[in-house]
Amino acid sequence: MIMTRFWQNSENDEDPKSPSSGGGGTGMRIIVPLQGVVQGSGGLVLGSVIPCALFYCLQLYLRRNRSVSPPPSSSPSTSPSSPSSAPPSRSPSSGQLVEASELQRSPSNLFSRLSTGQGYISSRANLLTKSADAPYYAGPKKVTEDPYDALNNPDGVIQLGLGENRLSLDLVRDWLAEHVKDSIMGAEGGGDLSIHGIATYQTFDGLMELKVAVAGFMSQVMEGSVTFNPLQIVLTSGAAPALEILSFCLADAGNAFLVPSPYYPGFDRYIKSRTGVELIPVPCRSTDNFSFSITALDRAFNQAKKRGLKVRGVLISNPSNPVGNLMSWETLYSLLDFAREKNIHIISDEIFAGSTHGDQEFVSIARVLDSVGFDRSRIHIVYGLSKDLSLPGFRVGVIYSCNDSVLAAAKKLSRFSSISAPTQRLLVSMLSDTRFIQDYIETNRKRIRTMYLAFVEGLKQLGIECMQSSGGFYCWVNMSELIRSYSEKGELELWYKLLNIAKINVTPGSSCHCIEPGWFRCCFTTLTEKDIPVVMERIRKVSETCKKS
Amino acid sequence: MKCLSRKVTCNSHGQDSSYFLGWQEYEKNPYDEVRNPNGIIQMGLAENQLSFDLIELWLSKNPDAAGFKRNGESIFRELALFQDYHGLPAFKKALVEFMAELRGYKVSFEPKKLVLTAGSTSANETLMFCLAEPGEAFLLPTPYYPGFDRDLKWRTGVEIIPIQCSSSNGFQITQSALDEAYKQAQKSNLRVKGVLITNPSNPLGTTISGEELNLLIDFVSAKEIHLISDEIYSGTVFDSPGFISVLEALKERNLEEESDVWNRVHIVYSLSKDLGLPGFRVGALYSNDEVVVAAATKMSSFGLVSSQTQYLLSVMLSDKNFTSNYIAENQRKLRERHDMLVSGLREVGIGCLKSSAGLFCWVDMRHLLSSNTFEEEMKLWKKILYEVGLNISPGSSCHCTEPGWFRVCFANMAEETLNLSLQRVKAFVESTTMNSSNRDVGARQSTRNSRRRSLTKWVLRLSSHDRESER
Repeated sequence: MIMTRFWQNSENDEDPKSPSSGGGGTGMRIIVPLQGVVQGSGGLVLGSVIPCALFYCLQLYLRRNRSVSPPPSSSPSTSPSSPSSAPPSRSPSSGQLVEASELQRSPSNLFSRLSTGQGYISSRANLLTKSADAPYYAGPKKVTEDPYDALNNPDGVIQLGLGENRLSLDLVRDWLAEHVKDSIMGAEGGGDLSIHGIATYQTFDGLMELKVAVAGFMSQVMEGSVTFNPLQIVLTSGAAPALEILSFCLADAGNAFLVPSPYYPGFDRYIKSRTGVELIPVPCRSTDNFSFSITALDRAFNQAKKRGLKVRGVLISNPSNPVGNLMSWETLYSLLDFAREKNIHIISDEIFAGSTHGDQEFVSIARVLDSVGFDRSRIHIVYGLSKDLSLPGFRVGVIYSCNDSVLAAAKKLSRFSSISAPTQRLLVSMLSDTRFIQDYIETNRKRIRTMYLAFVEGLKQLGIECMQSSGGFYCWVNMSELIRSYSEKGELELWYKLLNIAKINVTPGSSCHCIEPGWFRCCFTTLTEKDIPVVMERIRKVSETCKKS
Repeated sequence: MKCLSRKVTCNSHGQDSSYFLGWQEYEKNPYDEVRNPNGIIQMGLAENQLSFDLIELWLSKNPDAAGFKRNGESIFRELALFQDYHGLPAFKKALVEFMAELRGYKVSFEPKKLVLTAGSTSANETLMFCLAEPGEAFLLPTPYYPGFDRDLKWRTGVEIIPIQCSSSNGFQITQSALDEAYKQAQKSNLRVKGVLITNPSNPLGTTISGEELNLLIDFVSAKEIHLISDEIYSGTVFDSPGFISVLEALKERNLEEESDVWNRVHIVYSLSKDLGLPGFRVGALYSNDEVVVAAATKMSSFGLVSSQTQYLLSVMLSDKNFTSNYIAENQRKLRERHDMLVSGLREVGIGCLKSSAGLFCWVDMRHLLSSNTFEEEMKLWKKILYEVGLNISPGSSCHCTEPGWFRVCFANMAEETLNLSLQRVKAFVESTTMNSSNRDVGARQSTRNSRRRSLTKWVLRLSSHDRESER
């Protein structure tokens, strides 16, 4: 049974090339019984040492082949189990801590584990710790070690791989400078400093005042096109737990969600690692502007069924990460119809809803629901303040659902992921200042648009095209003409060059499960206007060497 | 509706236990000195509200900490964007120093082995996810915190096997109890991955002795399993015997660094009890095993602590004047409250397990049960909840093997409220005693009557001579 699980993990990787290092422990369960087979005085030693030594050497060999020295021959980045969490480490020492996982364990430790035969850590934990060298993580690590600074470190690595918005932080900072003292304490008793209100146990799924404020903010961000009911909100410490909690509610281990690809690399970790739910990519193509079609979804659904995989829902992001396109009313309508026909759920990650910068109007799935008679209980929205309000550090995520059972369960599950009370209080004040919020949203949009246009123009001058995008922090850039071989290998070679020669960190399309090689996700909202020419110059140098060869 | 997951539709979240039902009743009718003086007094919530004034004082003197400023300069931008799951270095450093201070500096902790989580609830669950597969088991000494049934089992699929402890030795862990529990697991075909203890204990309020710690260390060494020590009450020790951290016990036996067991001991901590800040959602797990730390760090993405809170607390906990004063004051206040409750209960003939830590007492009401059963315990609990108006936690919800024990919290209310609750208990005990003595008289009479009747029948059946012999 343990063996089954071991091999199941490999299958789930969807990557036949990368051997699942399901942990030395599991493998040892094959070896240790061999000890018992070999009887006799010398035999016990031989019977244990030789297989152990062989296995150890095999592990070393396999790991060396998997490591990200250029270019990686296997493709750890496409492994859906590649651990994916937002943040690069800020301090170099802690960054290296991430690497202090299986690759560098001392031989004595390894041998002691061999002899215990006990699984040291669980297979779920193993899924998370391997592939720290996938590009999605290795890149940010390089940035931390050598971060670009216009004044102090002009040759450092420029971060374009992390979805952060630095363009409008000054607005929030200024608001805080004026309001912070009153907003955290003094909620009761007329302005007296009272910690009672924030120190004691709160309802785990968030203060009602914050839910009201967040519902209002979501509505504002969507320009009043939808009203959200605070009673249908569960607040969580970030969008990651929101996604995980919904997955726990809507699917059992071994079930699957369909996800149009390319998709946000974080989905793999947040949804798969502890729930056991599978993600089935439904590839979209550049010829369709990377929009998904119901036909493709239907095909994927049926294929999954044939494989014995039960599909429980469709996961979309709108505005899309990484492409940045917005879903049209018609697309959402047909998706709702599809879900109704197949009797499945829809999770709509609308975390960039307020960060639109094009002329196209954002349409939330809630809006489509409002105006047609679909069953609301199968639609669930994920939101958060990390993108639209530029506050990823505050950890605020939202589950919005019309399904009472899901809400009830999510409320209970939110106890593992509650938002810190002082932060909740602060945000109640900030979000209730609707005039500030309105100014912020408008100014932020303008700044994102300006930066987007400058970035796209800069790339155009280099002869590099981007997919038309209307929302989010990213340009979905087509560098397929610069890659040597039209394959994932070629794409990763280019990624490596961009990281180590041009010293810019971008996210390769393969990390996003894109089936067309050569696409890269570049975040432009971490830059200032002065940085753009620097970035373009660096890309130009690399692109010239690529074109020459 | 549509198919939801089994986790949602099943009941393993454990929220139906009496522990939580009592809370619900309290929510419906909460005591308020002015607005609802006859309401239910909450004595089932282990919260520390005794030392808020110290924290408020510190905050008023240090406005920059809450104001996103360091040395007068705004660090808002840095905090707003900070979402690194390795945690704010300054906070981790301050937190491990605080943890060392609580242990009298007998042990020290390294920031790189600490993983921050949204409360110890999240830390405990994360450790389960890291150390065990679904269907594997952890051994827990009874009685234990009712929330574990939910936190350790629900999403993880891990099982709990109780290590039965009894009042005969003050609920201490014994070798035979450990062996019995392990055997039980094997019988049920459950692979044991470790032992989880709470030290100081919830709900007992006792600190685990050196002998018990050694017993546990030997046990987990021999079985090659993990030991998790939930030490979230380590700062609430107000009396002797003092608190011995499991790391201290390991150090005493020179089992540091390279020993196997060193890597299999993990600590859970939180600021919810010691600092009385459960709303801040600050928890941590500490492990010497770098693989566990690496995995747990990534899992902490699901429950990161707000950067604002991390920064605020980093400043607070770095203020050594504040922490040493706070620890001493807090302990003094806890001892006072504890003594108040214990002596108040003693006056009406109710004893408590001798305890030196925690925010509660483990109260012995066995003599108030009409029979030594859990049904009677439930009846008594309901009476105390609805008639007396106190929400206390029945031992059965904590998986205690003996009926009649209750956990009563004393640190989450004003002193007047505690007094009032003692008065209510007094009134209740007195009325119960009166009722039971009336009942006894009545019982004796009715026994006599029925005996007479049966005797009369018998007599009638057999002879007429002994008719009035029983009077």
